[in-house]
Amino acid sequence: MAFNYDYYLRTDKMPTLWCWGCGDGVILKAMIRAFAKLGWDKNDICVVSGIGCSGRFSSYLDCNTVHTTHGRTVAYATGIKLAHPEKHVVVVAGDGDGLAIGGNHTIHGCRRNIDLNFVLVNNFIYGLTNSQVSPTTPQGYWAVTQQYGNIDPTFDPAELAKGAGATFIGRESVAEAQKLERLFVKGFEHKGFSFFDIHSNCHVNFGRKNKLGTAKANLDWIEGNLMAKAKWDKMSSEEQHEARKSGKFPRGILWHVEEPEYCDLYDTVIEKAGGKK
Amino acid sequence: MAEKYELKTKEVWDGNTAAAHALRQAQVDVVAAYPITPSTPIVQNYAQFLADGYVDGEFVMVESEHSAMSACVGASAAGGRVATATSSQGYALMVEVLYQASGMRCPIVMTVVNRALASPLNIHGDHGDLYLGRDAGWIHLIANNPQEAYDMTLCAFKIAEDEDVRLPVSTNQDGFLVSHTAQIVEPLDDDTAYKFIGDYKQRNPMLDFNNPVTYGAQTEEEWHFEHKARQHKALMDSPAVIERVFKEFKDLTGREYKLVESYNMDDAEVAVVAMGSNYETAKIAADKAREMGIKAGVVCPRSFRPFPLKEVAEILKNVKAIGAMDRSAPMGTIGALHNEITGALNAFGYNSIVTGYIYGLGGRDTTVEDNLEVFKDLALNAEAGKRVTPLQKFIKLRGPELSFFKVGE
Repeated sequence: MAFNYDYYLRTDKMPTLWCWGCGDGVILKAMIRAFAKLGWDKNDICVVSGIGCSGRFSSYLDCNTVHTTHGRTVAYATGIKLAHPEKHVVVVAGDGDGLAIGGNHTIHGCRRNIDLNFVLVNNFIYGLTNSQVSPTTPQGYWAVTQQYGNIDPTFDPAELAKGAGATFIGRESVAEAQKLERLFVKGFEHKGFSFFDIHSNCHVNFGRKNKLGTAKANLDWIEGNLMAKAKWDKMSSEEQHEARKSGKFPRGILWHVEEPEYCDLYDTVIEKAGGKK
Repeated sequence: MAEKYELKTKEVWDGNTAAAHALRQAQVDVVAAYPITPSTPIVQNYAQFLADGYVDGEFVMVESEHSAMSACVGASAAGGRVATATSSQGYALMVEVLYQASGMRCPIVMTVVNRALASPLNIHGDHGDLYLGRDAGWIHLIANNPQEAYDMTLCAFKIAEDEDVRLPVSTNQDGFLVSHTAQIVEPLDDDTAYKFIGDYKQRNPMLDFNNPVTYGAQTEEEWHFEHKARQHKALMDSPAVIERVFKEFKDLTGREYKLVESYNMDDAEVAVVAMGSNYETAKIAADKAREMGIKAGVVCPRSFRPFPLKEVAEILKNVKAIGAMDRSAPMGTIGALHNEITGALNAFGYNSIVTGYIYGLGGRDTTVEDNLEVFKDLALNAEAGKRVTPLQKFIKLRGPELSFFKVGE
């Protein structure tokens, strides 16, 4: 029998406002399947989203949800997690939201290793506001604010998260829905800051003027830029650097270590000070 | 040199396009911005102008509105002509830096497309952002249609950069109703527009290395008060400059602007005071009210800060009943515009009956009929010679009727 998504969805909000063929729906469904696989009650989940197309996650998921201000998802989520460490907190933010206006919060969430699940919906553009350059828009690509091709170097979000202290880091694309689901299951299970760099298509506002104007073309481009971690690891660091510069990235679970989690550490402070949890 | 843009004597522009062309014609040195609905097309068009060779200056898309206004302050202090655009949440994020800009006397021009503030999240028009910046030390000019969005933006540079002002200026237009509604706009040609604004005159530029200066120095109880008082004085004195610039603009274009705009006020017994697109709607309603025998007029302060207290009092002094229309949630009072009007009337010894109307929040449509209802309300007060309607009412609010301070309460 086909998987039934309805338990986790506000079905009266369907169909979504996303463009036809948008990757956001693939992420939403993979996320729901991961929730189900982990047996999470929807009322034990809190979904925090920012501003942009991915901001709609908090409207569509029938969990405890907050639609926050632009870039501040991790700040809101940190407060929620500290107040309710037993709940599962999932943050959804775009590349503009999570890396530009909210980059500061993202790195400090990673640094604290607080048990948040941070899903970066990375479509390489400001999609909702019609194609302004983002911190992941590849160099040379068109944006309305970079008419002759983007000159700004990009972030490698996974490397950024690793440097900042995230303890689970994964990368996947919306073209591989099953892999995406498995990655979510592993990351959601992990205790600590889980960072997911999910490459998604915006053929409408990224692809259109970059010769990737259909969902298929945009997805092929995304897939062409990703390689298995095992293959990536066989390359020398110089080769990896060159590959990264040409827009190639490893996929899969890229980093997974166990470190003390922030809410647990906070509890030890409470205990030392003689307070009650 | 930037290329000249071929403009027709009449263009069909929405407010955003109009504002973008005004920025282009001003030949701004630095525009730093971040996209936000509904003002995004202003900087988007500007980026296109730059890419096509119509702008010599720099455009930088930074990583947030806080950074945008910060970059503007830096560029302005360095000695350049600077402008940006924003709306709503972006404006809210800029607020910290708005105070820096005015305190450092940076004559930055910001074209604001007014939009509601979250939460709940809403992309449509109201004056929540304009009111948020009320005390930030900026001059806030009001544009009620695309032509005015263009005209006010040109005037804004000339006012901001005047030797006697040197303050940042925002031009405000209603989100979507003005920003995305195309009308006929009569632009100036590039040379005439630039000549009107004039070359940028630096004052204490940081890049003048022979005369080092400090911006944003710390002052405590010994000097802070004097700085703020000087800043306030500059705002209080600015109407003379605003009027002078409007006069020069009229001589050039024939289009006349005043500190307080008015319609049918000569013999008006009741009047609506509104800023933004509803000023135009109310004018049509006033005509209809007069057909019904209600002597109705409409008033619009062209400048929300400095607030033209004396001019507002003067134009309203013989009006029996006034409706102050606030397009922002008053959150615990009657309304910012209402309070300004009653303050102005009281200060100059007049005591008309002023009623506060909250309207159009989050883009709620406010029609000619809605304004006509206000005029009918006001006529009841005028006829009775005392208040017979509640002090504060809400236009087109769903659910049970909401009002405050009913007569007899």
